[in-house]
Amino acid sequence: MSGSWMTTRAWLLMLPLLVVMVSVIGWPLVDTVRLSFTDAKLVGTEGNFVGLDNYAKMLSGSNFQRTLVTTTWFAVISVAAEMVLGVLAALLLNQQFRGRTLLRALMILPWALPTVVNATLWRLIYNPEYGALNAALTQIGLLDAYRSWLGEPNTALAALIVADCWKNFPLVALIALAALQAVPRDITAASMVDGAGPIARFRFVILPYLVGPLLVALVLRTIEAFKVFDIIWVMTRGGPANSTRTLSILVYQEAFSFQRAGSGASLALIVTLLVTVLAVAYAALVRKAAGSTS
Amino acid sequence: MERKSLPFTIFIYAAALLLGLVILAPVIWLFIMSISPAADLSAKPLRWWPQQVDFSRYAMLLSTVENSAGAAFLASLYNSLRVAGMATIAAIALAIPAGWAVSRTPTVGWSLSVVIATYMLPPVALAVPLYMGLSYLGLLNNVFGLALVYLTILAPFTTWLMKSGFDAIPSEIEAAAIVDGASLFQTLRIITLPLAAPVVATSALFALLLAWDEFFYALLFTSDLRAKTLTVAIADLAGGRVSDYGLIATAGVLAALPPVLIGLVMQRALISGLTSGGVKG
Repeated sequence: MSGSWMTTRAWLLMLPLLVVMVSVIGWPLVDTVRLSFTDAKLVGTEGNFVGLDNYAKMLSGSNFQRTLVTTTWFAVISVAAEMVLGVLAALLLNQQFRGRTLLRALMILPWALPTVVNATLWRLIYNPEYGALNAALTQIGLLDAYRSWLGEPNTALAALIVADCWKNFPLVALIALAALQAVPRDITAASMVDGAGPIARFRFVILPYLVGPLLVALVLRTIEAFKVFDIIWVMTRGGPANSTRTLSILVYQEAFSFQRAGSGASLALIVTLLVTVLAVAYAALVRKAAGSTS
Repeated sequence: MERKSLPFTIFIYAAALLLGLVILAPVIWLFIMSISPAADLSAKPLRWWPQQVDFSRYAMLLSTVENSAGAAFLASLYNSLRVAGMATIAAIALAIPAGWAVSRTPTVGWSLSVVIATYMLPPVALAVPLYMGLSYLGLLNNVFGLALVYLTILAPFTTWLMKSGFDAIPSEIEAAAIVDGASLFQTLRIITLPLAAPVVATSALFALLLAWDEFFYALLFTSDLRAKTLTVAIADLAGGRVSDYGLIATAGVLAALPPVLIGLVMQRALISGLTSGGVKG
């Protein structure tokens, strides 16, 4: 069979997928670019060409800058915590103890819980009057008076990060555990014979096996965290006083609450550009790490 | 072969207990809230276990009496099932031929990278034109419209999973069947697809879970019982005027049940699917 017929056949088999992808992803993306240069409203007016006005307005606005900082904080802290907790949990689950199989099985729970249910659950836990967190902390004497965890600007973001970490660190743990199980036993045994302590063993024997998979997890989680919308919308809607407003929430408000499709589109593309930069930078990082370990 | 000291063993068990508690406590609390009478949930000090176990909210949410909370809940449950089911079937139907083509034809491999790259796109980058497009087609607040939009998420993901699945099936088996006189489509139907059945099942489960979990597009593109999904219904409850927190918790338990059961039963397949990308990278 000739190569060109194979290629043609492959394109024919992919045609349905490509048609759908172009109509639900390709065209909307191109149209977002077009809209971003107009002052179009969500309904009604087509809008006029305004050049780069939307971009200039959005980038120089204090809303965008503050939101970018909030998003970065959310992504950096929650992903870092998820990585550390995930690796610690995986190291534990890789030990021999009774009940290990059950504990491993339980790790799937937070991951399987729908994001909106997780957000709702934590919203109830943080409830200022009847929440379990206030009750537990007061009953063991760590807290004098009930607090409004999601209602105060200085605790709301931290409360959100805890809820996000709880849902996502088990996934990192499962990925790290799979990598740990790929470490050959004779290598760890040999390193012990050679007198390597637990920390040296982790650093020089185990960590090289973890780096690749963890980098992939880091990439995906960072991109997800940067795009975060669901958990924040359900728990705080970006409040109080916009202290938990992330980029996706800001785009939603601009394009849908205020119906400013044009400037909303420009903001959405700025977010897309930031995510793309992250993805490309990380892809390079992953390739480099993969090259150095194999 | 490795002798563990007693303090180390104690440390391991203490850590395991702590991890188990961290994972389970919030989930168990969600369930306890769902079976506690409203008075217990607003008691100070808070009652951690109900004086009297109360399953009435489950009956309430699963009742079909017209215009009740149950009817609204069941309608959104039905919408979620329909949207997730339709989007999953469509995504798998697109992914099987495309995944096979990419797996067997190295020259078109780059196209899969493009498809996967779209998975990184923030939904906000597509939301405004999708809203206008659905509005133009009369598909706003419509389960078909929402299922179509969900393909933006499901199709790239399932294609990627199917491609790795087909990679694991040696193409020599197909070549042998073709030498024996089978046509390409006979070969795929009789030889390849049965071998790929586990991958198809795993991809479909992942797609179902993704669609069941989706919130952003559902929030934007649905407005009432005709199309509103479970995630939007729960967010409405959580953010609305409902004063019975137990009712919100009950809706959460019911919405979490299908994915949690799938997660626990399909554990092995899901974990290997989740980690395969990571381990290979």
